[in-house]
Amino acid sequence: MARYSYVAILAFVLAGSVWLEVALRTRVFRRWLRLGLSILPAVVAFFVWDVYAVAQGHWYFDPERILGVMLPGEVPLDEVLFFIVIPIASILTIEAVRSVKSAWVVGDEPEETTEPAP
Amino acid sequence: MTYTQVALLGVVLAVILDAGLLRTRLLTRRVFWTSYAIIVFFQLITNGMFTGFGIVGYNGDAIMGGSSPAEGPPPFIGDGRIAFAPVEDLLFGFALILMTLSLWVFWGRRGVQRKPTSGPPIWRKG
Repeated sequence: MARYSYVAILAFVLAGSVWLEVALRTRVFRRWLRLGLSILPAVVAFFVWDVYAVAQGHWYFDPERILGVMLPGEVPLDEVLFFIVIPIASILTIEAVRSVKSAWVVGDEPEETTEPAP
Repeated sequence: MTYTQVALLGVVLAVILDAGLLRTRLLTRRVFWTSYAIIVFFQLITNGMFTGFGIVGYNGDAIMGGSSPAEGPPPFIGDGRIAFAPVEDLLFGFALILMTLSLWVFWGRRGVQRKPTSGPPIWRKG
């Protein structure tokens, strides 16, 4: 069971954030393409960082407390799941804040159309 | 580079992405800082678990504080650590969150699934 320690924490993060999709109608998962396009660059960039950090010995993982599936660069699969789960939770959070504070500008609003009257 | 240096570089690159490359300007927005305040609270809990339970360890040569796990868990606070985790992790998390949210806003502004929009909460009529 210890090897599920890492992913259990990720499950905790998801449990703490996915309910926003229902309770605050964040509609993040319905925008799956936009979600994927936002997460993918982060996964790539932070995977590269992870490979570097592992190679340099900045951090290391307890082999007993991860799934045991190692990706190129000696990066555990758990880490890639982290780079997917944390961005999902972050996007759910900002959309949840927007759900409550609908007047706050986020920056993706349609531009004001100031068409002259006919 | 040390983790401290890479983490600072990560923050700088994420800021350049938000302020310069994508011009999403999240750092100027109340919605971002409110969201970040919520996220960082939970980050301290989850990072505390990752490092407190020894799932992830850190090399004292790469961070401001000492190694973990050396003998038992690291200090809860002090020696360059907050909630067991190196303060560098806060920079790491900030870069990850800012990069992701900047891209999210960027794609929405480009018209990629701007709709359906968020809200209202189920307790409000809408």
